[in-house]
Amino acid sequence: MAFIEVTELTKVYGSAVALDGISLSVEEGKTAAIIGSSGCGKSTFLRCLNLLEQPTSGALRIGDDALRFADAKLVAGAERSLSFRKKMAMVFQSFDLFPHLTVLRNISLAPIVVNAVRRDEAEERALQLLDRMGLRNKAEAFPGQLSGGQAQRVAIARALAMNPRVLLFDEATSALDPELVGEVLDVMKSLAEEGRTMVVVTHELAFAHDVADILFFFDKGKIAESGRPQDLLENPRTERLSAFLQRYRHSFGGAKRAACA
Amino acid sequence: MGYQFDWSVVWNPSLWLDAIIVTLVYGIATTVSGLVLGLGLGLLLISRFWTARQLVSLFIGVFRCTPALIQIVWFYYAFPMALNVNLPPWLAAGSGLTLYMAAFSAEIFRGGIESIERGQWNACRSLCMSHRQTMYYVILPQTIRRMTPAIVNQSIIQFKNTALLSIVSVHDIMFTANALTSATYRPLEVLTFASLVYIAIIWPLASISHQFERSYDQRKR
Repeated sequence: MAFIEVTELTKVYGSAVALDGISLSVEEGKTAAIIGSSGCGKSTFLRCLNLLEQPTSGALRIGDDALRFADAKLVAGAERSLSFRKKMAMVFQSFDLFPHLTVLRNISLAPIVVNAVRRDEAEERALQLLDRMGLRNKAEAFPGQLSGGQAQRVAIARALAMNPRVLLFDEATSALDPELVGEVLDVMKSLAEEGRTMVVVTHELAFAHDVADILFFFDKGKIAESGRPQDLLENPRTERLSAFLQRYRHSFGGAKRAACA
Repeated sequence: MGYQFDWSVVWNPSLWLDAIIVTLVYGIATTVSGLVLGLGLGLLLISRFWTARQLVSLFIGVFRCTPALIQIVWFYYAFPMALNVNLPPWLAAGSGLTLYMAAFSAEIFRGGIESIERGQWNACRSLCMSHRQTMYYVILPQTIRRMTPAIVNQSIIQFKNTALLSIVSVHDIMFTANALTSATYRPLEVLTFASLVYIAIIWPLASISHQFERSYDQRKR
């Protein structure tokens, strides 16, 4: 049984259909990448999965926590929704660190207040995570004093501190200067290699190609194509995907590929 | 024939000292309680409860759009009569100003909270923090820095508005100045001196808050 299972997920804003019956599954320990042009619903999908947006209809399951939505309401699994959300943590395009708190406090806050971890334990763990991110010397810095790449690595540490079973990345490198993209992708790659379950919305096709186990191409709120990343990226079956890839390579494929290598 | 200033009439340290204490107590008490009440109202203003939002909006509308002087008089004379309650005079005098402060600061709090980026809420929700935890640990601390200039401004206005309390016989600086004027027929000297006293009280407050802002910014940016 797949670890993450999404069935017929639909999200409607007024009369605009953002997600139109998305069904997909991800095995435990695997990395799924989602690509598509802007407005295709890939970020909305991730936000619905993390319940930052209320799905209009459909079913979500992670492990043994299952939720079902109908008419924009949670109709089954309400008692499981917190445990469902605790299974994942999200890394955002805009980092969204807490600017008034030190790096150490950014990482240890949620474990302390949500999971009632003792402060010294939470800080010890935060320091370990910072070590791993190569940022131990920034523990007492404030987010405003970090580069974009450092800030995003702190955000990854903050997500990891909650011990999530699934990591969600919402265009985690899109707001970074090109020369800083690599350091964040390296961290993401090492997380994938140690067998974390990850769902990664990305524009980094090289990353998707090299790191993801399964790739989904979203188009107009639907999954237009899915499968092994190598197959999709090297031999697109649909007109839409080959057009997307062509446009992509044309505009900024080369530079991004170099940054990832 | 120039006016002959006679500054000796303002020389009455114990009288002024009492008045300064009264002004300080009313200024601080109505500002602080107004801020606390305003925070509560501000939170209601952005809450999910439609009825609460409407009631608070109505309250704010009424108290922002009427002169503080009328509110003070109304609370002192009309409110106890209308509701047939016996408020102690000191409380009746302070209530109007407190609610006046609350109405203005509620709007400042609402604006401050709404100015915090949506991403902060998303990050907290993704980390499974509750609404209350998000507000307390993440949103309000950032809000307070952003609101400090507006809050200080409103507090200064509030301190000066305590002068209006003299109309309901609160023995503050203004009341003392009026009494002294009637006794000496020296309004120029007395009022000028009273102004200096107000400046001496309020100016330091403003500069302390400036220092707070500056030290906060140096630490974090």
